[in-house]
Amino acid sequence: MKLDLLKNFNFVKYYKKLNILSIIFIIFSIFVLLFKGLNLGVDFKGGTLIEIRVESSSISIGEIRQSFLKMNLGDVKVKNFGRKNDYLVKVESLESSDSNFIKKTNTKLSSDLGIDVNFRRVENVGPKVSKELIKSGLLAITLSLLAMLIYIWIRFEWQFSFAAIIAIIHDVIITVGIFSFLSYEINLSIVAAVLTIVGYSMNDTVVIFDRIRENLKKYTKTPISDISNTSTNETLSRTLITSVTTLLALLSIYLFGGAILKGFSFAMIVGVIVGTYSSIFVATPILNYTNVSSKTVLKEEDDKVV
Amino acid sequence: MLYFSKLKLVIIYSIIFFLFLFSLNNFINIKHNLLISKKVNLGLDLQGGSYLLLEVDSTPIIKEKLQNKLIALRKILKENSIKYKNLNVTKSKINFDFQNEDFDKFENIFFDKNSSLNLYFNQYSSYEMDILKNKNNLEISYSKFGLIEIKNSALENSLEIVRRRIDEVGTKDPTIARRGVDRILIELPGLDDPDRIKNLLGKTAKLTFRLVTDEESDFGSELVFFEDNKSQLRVSKRVLLSGDNLENARPSFSNLNNETVVSFTLDRVGAKKFGKITTNSVGKRLAIIIDNKIVSAPQIREPILGGNGQISGNFDIQSASDLSLLLRSGSLPAPLKIIEERTVGPDLGEDSIKAGAVSLLIGFILVILYMFYKYRFLGLVANTALIINLFLLLGILTILEATLTLPGIAGIILTVGMAVDANVLVFERIKEEMRTEKSMIHAFDMGYKNAQSAVIDANITTLISAVILFLLGSGPVKGFAVTLGIGIITTLFTVYFFARHLSSMYVLKNKN
Repeated sequence: MKLDLLKNFNFVKYYKKLNILSIIFIIFSIFVLLFKGLNLGVDFKGGTLIEIRVESSSISIGEIRQSFLKMNLGDVKVKNFGRKNDYLVKVESLESSDSNFIKKTNTKLSSDLGIDVNFRRVENVGPKVSKELIKSGLLAITLSLLAMLIYIWIRFEWQFSFAAIIAIIHDVIITVGIFSFLSYEINLSIVAAVLTIVGYSMNDTVVIFDRIRENLKKYTKTPISDISNTSTNETLSRTLITSVTTLLALLSIYLFGGAILKGFSFAMIVGVIVGTYSSIFVATPILNYTNVSSKTVLKEEDDKVV
Repeated sequence: MLYFSKLKLVIIYSIIFFLFLFSLNNFINIKHNLLISKKVNLGLDLQGGSYLLLEVDSTPIIKEKLQNKLIALRKILKENSIKYKNLNVTKSKINFDFQNEDFDKFENIFFDKNSSLNLYFNQYSSYEMDILKNKNNLEISYSKFGLIEIKNSALENSLEIVRRRIDEVGTKDPTIARRGVDRILIELPGLDDPDRIKNLLGKTAKLTFRLVTDEESDFGSELVFFEDNKSQLRVSKRVLLSGDNLENARPSFSNLNNETVVSFTLDRVGAKKFGKITTNSVGKRLAIIIDNKIVSAPQIREPILGGNGQISGNFDIQSASDLSLLLRSGSLPAPLKIIEERTVGPDLGEDSIKAGAVSLLIGFILVILYMFYKYRFLGLVANTALIINLFLLLGILTILEATLTLPGIAGIILTVGMAVDANVLVFERIKEEMRTEKSMIHAFDMGYKNAQSAVIDANITTLISAVILFLLGSGPVKGFAVTLGIGIITTLFTVYFFARHLSSMYVLKNKN
C-alpha cells in the first residue's frame, strides 16, 4: 500500500515550524476580520434579498442595478448568481413595513427592463430578527465549543480537552478569516457549516487522542513525543481516507448542489482541510507542550475506579 | 464481537426491513394503508412557498386600555376627594399631579385586591399596574405581569383571526403557530402569490359606523381621511356600531348604480342598533370607517330595519371579496408587522430538488468507488452498509414525518461522506491487528472491539454539533441538523450491527 511509505513519517520534526505558520495564519485572519470585517448577509444585517431570473440575455447587470437605484431603496448590491441570467439583489430595504413592497418592486423592475422578471426567492429580514439571529448564531457556536470541551474533559484529561479546543478555535478563526478575506457572504448556512466543522474537527482529533491514550497506557516508559508520533502514524491512513470521502461528498455539493449551497460547501471544504491539519499539527503538539505522560491517563483510570 | 445470537439477528434485520419499507413509501403512492401512509415532507425551500414571521404590536392596545382606565380613575379620585391636576395619558403611562399628603390614601385604594381599577393576579401574586411617585407627580403604568397578560390575550386573539383569514383564502396545509410572547409564525407551502395574504394580514380591519357632523358633539369629533388620503370629513368620535356585530359579509353587485359592493348582515343586537340609528338620523350622513379611513359616507335616506346593508366605495371584485373576507373573519386586536419573510418560488424549489438529487447521487458514487478502490472486498461491505444506511435514514425521516430541506439534503450527502468513517476506523484497526494476529477471526474481533471507543467518541462529537444546531437553528438549517443527527445514529447502527454481521459471515466462512 502506498500509505505504508508514510508509516513512519516524523511529524514531531515539523511541529514548531507549522505551529508558527498556524499562528501567522491566525494573526492574519484576526487582522483581516478587524480591518475588513465580515460580509454579512441579510440574515444578520437585515434587509431584502431577491433572487431574480431574467429570461433574456440582452439585459445587463448594470441595467438591473440602475433600476433598483431609481427606487430609492438605500444601498443596492447586484451580482450574478449561478446561471447566466440569474441575479442576486440585496437592498437595504427601508420600506419593509409596506406589505406590497415586493410586488411594487417587481412591477417597477419589469417595466424598467421591458420584460417580465421572475422573483425566484425573496428573503426579507427585519432589524430585530437579524439581531436575534446573530445572537443565536454566536450562542450556538459558543455552546458547541463548551459542549465539546466538557465531553472531552469527561472522556479524557484536561490537557486533551484544552488541546482539542485550541485546535477547534484555530479552525474556526481561519475559516472565518478566509471568508472575510474573500468577502464571501456569511449567512445562516455558514453558521451551520462552522458548527459542523467544529464537530468534524473534533471527530478527527478524538480519533488520534484515543490512540495516544491507548499507547500511553501500553508503553508507559516512552516519552510523549514518540507516542504522539506513533499514534499519528497509526491513525494517519484513517485520517486521510475519511477526509477524502468527506471531501468527495462536499465537492459534489459544491459543484452540483446549486448556487444556494455554494457558500456552505465551500466553508465545509475549507473547514475539513484545516480541521484535518489541526488534528495532526495543532491538537497533538499541545499534548507534548503540556507534558502529558502515562501518569496523566493512568491517574484518570484510577479516578474512574473510585 | 463476531458472534450474533439468533434473536439479535432477527431484531437487526427486522429493523432494517421495516425502515426500508417506510423509506420506499416516498417513491410509490400507497394511500390505503394508514400505518405507512407517512412521507417525508418537503421544506418550503424545496416545494416553494412562504415563511412569514409576524409581530403583534401591542402599543395601541396598551394605550387604548389606559384610556379606558382613565374613566375609572377619575371616578375613584373624585369619590375619595383626592385633588389632581394635569391628568393625561401617553403611550404607556397615565400621569397626573397631586398633593403629597394624599399619597398614602391613594396607594391604599390602588393596591386594594378587590379593586377593579388595578386587578390582582393570583397566579403571579402581583398587580396589573405599578405606580411611580416623583415628588408631586404620579405615574401609573402596566406592571411586567400586566403587560404579559395584555400581550398574551392580544396574541391569542390575533392567532385566531389570522387562522380564520388564511383558512378563508384556502391555501393548502398552512402552518400557523405562536412563537414566544408576541409572534406568530406562518408557513404557506406552495403559495404562488404571498402578497395577497400579506395584504390581508396587514390590515386590522376595524370597522366602525360613525355619523358625519358639523358641530362639536358631547363625544367630540375628528377629521378622518378617505382612503385616497386627500379628502376628509369631520365625524363624531362616538362609535354607533362596530364590526363586532357583523354576522356575514360578501361581495355583490348593486344594480342601483352598477358597481361592486360589499353586502353585510348584522347579528340581532347589531340589527336593532342599526335600525335605531338609521331611524333617528334620517337625512344625516353615516361614515363607514375601516382602519381609520372612510370607505364611504352615504346619506341615510330611510330607516334600515332588516339588519342588511351595503358598503360601496370603488371596489373591484377582488378588493370587494378581500374586504368581505376581512369583515367576516373579524378584526385584529392589534396591527401585525411582518418582521421576517422568506419566499421561494416553485421553479427554484424544483431546481433545488434536482440539484440536491444530482449532487447526492454523484457524491454517493464517488465515495463508493473510492471505498472499493481502497478496500476491495471490505469496501463492498462498507458500501452495502452505506446503501442500507441511506434507506434507514430515509425510513426514520419518514416515520418522524420530518421536513427535508436543501441543507437537509446536504446533511445526507455529508452523512454519506462521514458514514464510511466508522467502517474505515474498524477496517484500519483490523489491518493493524492482522500484523500481529495469525487468526483472521481474532483480528476481526479485536478490530471491532478496539475501534469501538474511537468510533463512539468521534460520532458523539458530531452528534453534539447536530443537537445544538437543531435547538438553536431555524427553518432550513434545522433540516440540516435533523438529517446529520439521524445520519449519525443510523451510521452507528449499520456499522456495528449490519456491517459487523456481514464481516463475521465472511470471516467465519473463510476461516479454513
